[in-house]
Amino acid sequence: MISLGANNISKDTLYDKMFDSHVVTQLPTGKYQVLIGLHLIHDVTSSPAFGMLREAGMEVAFPERTFTTADHMLPTDGIERPLKDPQAEVLLSALEENALRHGITYFGPESGKQGIVHVIGPELGLTQPGMTIACGDSHTSTHGAFGAIALGVGTTEVRYLLETQTLSLDRLNVRQINIDGEMQRGVFSKDIILHIMRELGVGGGKGFAYEYAGATVERMSMAERMTLCNMSIEGGALVGYVNPDQTTFDYLRGREYVPKGEAFERAVRYWKSVASSPNARYDDMVKINAGGLEPMVTWGINPGQGIGISGRMPALETMAEGERAVAEKAYKHMGLQPGEPIAGTPIDVAFIGSCTNSRIEDLREAASIVQGYKVAEGVTALVVPGSQSVKRMAEAEGLDSIFMDAGFEWRGAGCSMCLAMNPDRLVGDQRSASASNRNFINRQGSPTGRTHLMSPAMVAGAAISGEIVDVRQFYVG
Amino acid sequence: MATIEDLLIIRVQGRAIPLPGDNIDTDEITPAAALAEPDYSNAADYLFLNARKANPNHPLDDPQYKGANILIVGNNFGCGSSRETSPQAIKRFGIDVLVGESFAAIFQGNCTALGMPAVCASKGDMTKLMEYTKQNPGTIYTLDLDSKTLTYAGQAVAIDIAESTRTALTTGMWNAVAMLKANQPLVSEVAARLPYMNNFSG
Repeated sequence: MISLGANNISKDTLYDKMFDSHVVTQLPTGKYQVLIGLHLIHDVTSSPAFGMLREAGMEVAFPERTFTTADHMLPTDGIERPLKDPQAEVLLSALEENALRHGITYFGPESGKQGIVHVIGPELGLTQPGMTIACGDSHTSTHGAFGAIALGVGTTEVRYLLETQTLSLDRLNVRQINIDGEMQRGVFSKDIILHIMRELGVGGGKGFAYEYAGATVERMSMAERMTLCNMSIEGGALVGYVNPDQTTFDYLRGREYVPKGEAFERAVRYWKSVASSPNARYDDMVKINAGGLEPMVTWGINPGQGIGISGRMPALETMAEGERAVAEKAYKHMGLQPGEPIAGTPIDVAFIGSCTNSRIEDLREAASIVQGYKVAEGVTALVVPGSQSVKRMAEAEGLDSIFMDAGFEWRGAGCSMCLAMNPDRLVGDQRSASASNRNFINRQGSPTGRTHLMSPAMVAGAAISGEIVDVRQFYVG
Repeated sequence: MATIEDLLIIRVQGRAIPLPGDNIDTDEITPAAALAEPDYSNAADYLFLNARKANPNHPLDDPQYKGANILIVGNNFGCGSSRETSPQAIKRFGIDVLVGESFAAIFQGNCTALGMPAVCASKGDMTKLMEYTKQNPGTIYTLDLDSKTLTYAGQAVAIDIAESTRTALTTGMWNAVAMLKANQPLVSEVAARLPYMNNFSG
């Protein structure tokens, strides 16, 4: 049991600097009113908030700091209007109407800029260091990869944001997760974050902002940092971030919403100023060695139930008492046995996509595995680019042909099979190898469906093998 | 007409439903289909929909707990998706308070914003509480946010709640919108100081 604000000894971290510069005032409750610099909206969690706004007869306070797109319910195999699912059409029409009425920029399917909200924010340069960002979506922590403080909120809070551009927040503690060591080939930031979930637990981050630091993180691309920060919430941490550096600035330069010329230089100066100071103080520090890690796979029903690909699924006796009941439920649901190896488990579906792993770098890595192979018989495999822009880039590089020649379906941008709010879903007790973020029961749309989380490369390996395999065997030389 | 007193949440009394299990995620509490609804009026129909379909003796449908307004849960309850359908469904089902070993951050914040306390007790106390409720479904529990206790069967259990959340509930300020709106001039001042809010102009 961790009480919020129990320590709060952190000082001069990026989180602390940002919190201080964005606090409007302390509220009579003791919580802080915090300005949110960027409010992102998608198609499903905003509708009731706009309804509350309408009832209150209010306008959006900062429409120019509010952006929206459609991702959760948008089909990935054809977006002719009206959408086939009447509920999806109602929500999408409502979103479009709300955006138009309130002067909010909308990146719809016709814009060429549509995509998963956590993919397009960064690629358009809306997401920047030193910003506070909120969205009615738990994976908003993704944007922390840029040195932003980004958090998921509920719909009542979306209403707060629409009306005031602020939230009522408690100050979090800051835990630095220092990651060192050279990652083996075939090991990615997805494996590191799954390892962190296993080590610190799915509730272990409660009350904390996670700062990912260390030499391994400094070497990571922005895509890898986004994967890392994306799953902070799966570890219970509302916020996860990486301090901005030259990799961040290089990524941002030239993007649509990033300032140009001298304004860019001023921006870089501001961005550098928000990074944690060398003598910053933390509430907690954890060290992770990425050097010894192998590709990870989940065997259970939460992202913390993972093991290395060469490992055996844990025996109940070896677990802490509190974990056994959940593990028993997991083994029953997954149809797996403790003590058995995870490698060799046959799969029915392979899914490459989601806000965790649908960026161009993810698709390149998966394509490099798939090239020259065929999807195993009986396996349904799909690649769902995170945005229309990612899709165009992939097609320009010929990745679409590599996937389609192998027997993958090549889809349009959206959340797809990560969350079963659109036609892409598991059927019956299908077992999927998934590059997404949640292996919860029913998450992929079937109450008896089974999900194994892993990196996109591992999903690619599983797709062509028809079973969970060690992707490192595909890397030669 | 509702008065400010109606908004104060200090003392809640009632019977309880035991809902054991750790890491119960919001996909399980309200499946994705609930999110496709344009508002929350049908939210309660989705509450633990799949678990209840699979188990006709689910605690929420057990007649001996009918009418109970306190939900006793495990560790890290409400993890996963930020969907407000989950606390909305719980509230609309008739629950006024959740007591658990711990709650996921976004879920707990959503509960507070709806004026539904989600309070914690120690693992030891929760284990006893869960068992006692299973054995004695008629028990009346009293949550007192002033004394930070949950009283039942002649004993008082210490409960944990962030002080700011406790204040928000006991003073009727759990819906923050009015407070936040009152400070809009200050918001503009802060915005004016932040370089990115002004496009890094000179």
